[in-house]
Amino acid sequence: MGERVLLKGNEAASEAALIAGCTHYFAYPITPQNEISAYMAKRMPKLNRTFLQAESEIAACNMVYGAAATGARAMTSSSSPGIALKQESFGYIAGAEVPAVVINMMRGGPGLGNISGSQGDYNMCVKGGSNGDFHNLVYAPATVQELADLTLKAFDVAEKYRILTLILGDGYLAQMSEPCVLPEPSGFKAEKPWALTGAEGRPAQVINSLRLADGVLEVHNRHLEEKYKAIEAAEVMFENFHCDDADFVLVTYGTASRVCKAAVMNLRKQGIKAGVFRPITLWPFPSVALAAAVAGKKQVLTVEMSLGQMVADVRLAVNGAVPVDFLGRPGGAVPMVDEVTERVLSYGR
Amino acid sequence: MYSEILFAGFGGQGVILAGKILCIAAMHDGKNVSHIPSYGAEMRGGTANCCVVISDGLIASPVTPKYDIAVVMNTPSLLKFESAVRPGGKLLINSSLIDVEPTRTDIEIIKVDANDISEKAGSHKAANMAMLGKLIAVEPELCSPESLYAALDVAISERNRKFNPVNIAVMKIGGGIDV
Repeated sequence: MGERVLLKGNEAASEAALIAGCTHYFAYPITPQNEISAYMAKRMPKLNRTFLQAESEIAACNMVYGAAATGARAMTSSSSPGIALKQESFGYIAGAEVPAVVINMMRGGPGLGNISGSQGDYNMCVKGGSNGDFHNLVYAPATVQELADLTLKAFDVAEKYRILTLILGDGYLAQMSEPCVLPEPSGFKAEKPWALTGAEGRPAQVINSLRLADGVLEVHNRHLEEKYKAIEAAEVMFENFHCDDADFVLVTYGTASRVCKAAVMNLRKQGIKAGVFRPITLWPFPSVALAAAVAGKKQVLTVEMSLGQMVADVRLAVNGAVPVDFLGRPGGAVPMVDEVTERVLSYGR
Repeated sequence: MYSEILFAGFGGQGVILAGKILCIAAMHDGKNVSHIPSYGAEMRGGTANCCVVISDGLIASPVTPKYDIAVVMNTPSLLKFESAVRPGGKLLINSSLIDVEPTRTDIEIIKVDANDISEKAGSHKAANMAMLGKLIAVEPELCSPESLYAALDVAISERNRKFNPVNIAVMKIGGGIDV
């Protein structure tokens, strides 16, 4: 195991991308993710890899599309309003089936909002953000360690399924430093017979998202459907923190989940059995595991740093079996341990 | 233990670095730590600050509106953050630069002549080290002095490590240790 070092979230994600073998990184500046671009600008040329600051967000993401089409491990990163601008490419990447990694360090919105950490982009990032029937595979890390581990994993999974994997962090995770052990390279290597490598000794091939011929697109959509089903079957990740004996289950992700875990420890000291169910993949959402984790409980409370977005997926998964309440802090605020604790206390024993 | 600590001063006083040094030292001692700088739209000539959390267990939020300990290195920081210290908490003041008296009576006020200590030890820039030395003297649970001194070699860039012997001396004097 490597050494435990104090790393800022943005630096840990960048270094994990380097370890994963990211060969092309396309930047466009925006707070609070600028340290990713700064880190990559410094390190990529030294490793003889490509760092390029694009002329716009959409250009950076289309460069990822282009580089990935040649079989490269490519990444871009941004924050909320910048991601909104990149998303036209997301649909093209999904339709063309190239692997890509995108990091979104969410800030307050809508519009330019502020530069504090927020979770207001759940709907935008988990529910699409571009046209057509498609999904991004979305990871929601809660610690700097998990951010590093999931960034490394995101490259492998992107290649395994030829899909865009999105790291959905926030400004707090981006800016905070925590102890972190940098992950080892996974050794995963995907065959890429589809890649555009110059057609020497093989027929030319095309990577495109346009399928005009009669019925061809429906066949492609069905193919994507099968792929998404395979991902739903194999790639769901979640954490069950003291849910098994709990009467009250808090469903929460990312930075908000840290506060909820502290609230659960508080409540347990007072003899109140609470737990945290934390989706780590937001798509695929751990619906089946969540339904099982809350079965027979008294109350579910969803906590987000937004006005309530994931809560819709929680309600679908719980399907009326247990009442679902919501506590949210929008605008770049973090919920306080006390307010979460008090809300659970308000349910009575 | 669960300790939420604020370091505040003006840009250039090394408040962000002081927080990092403390985090690295406490991490070395087996604690969980978090460090986050204030990165808002800060006013030129105003305050720079960072929040450090040190815990035996999980760390909830890296930011907090109230602190157990505030280390303030200039007057605007005192004015801004005196009210943010929890009752029973500690407020460490750089008395070399702060000529305003704090008004709180429900917290412990600790004055450190940080710039004077630094100057006498032969550095113009180590006032933050004096504050750190005092901090761990009054709050020894945070980290051991040895870990604090060793953290300098990790936190400080290679070209500035030649100043570490002076930094350590300032930490010691700040903490009331004879050198």
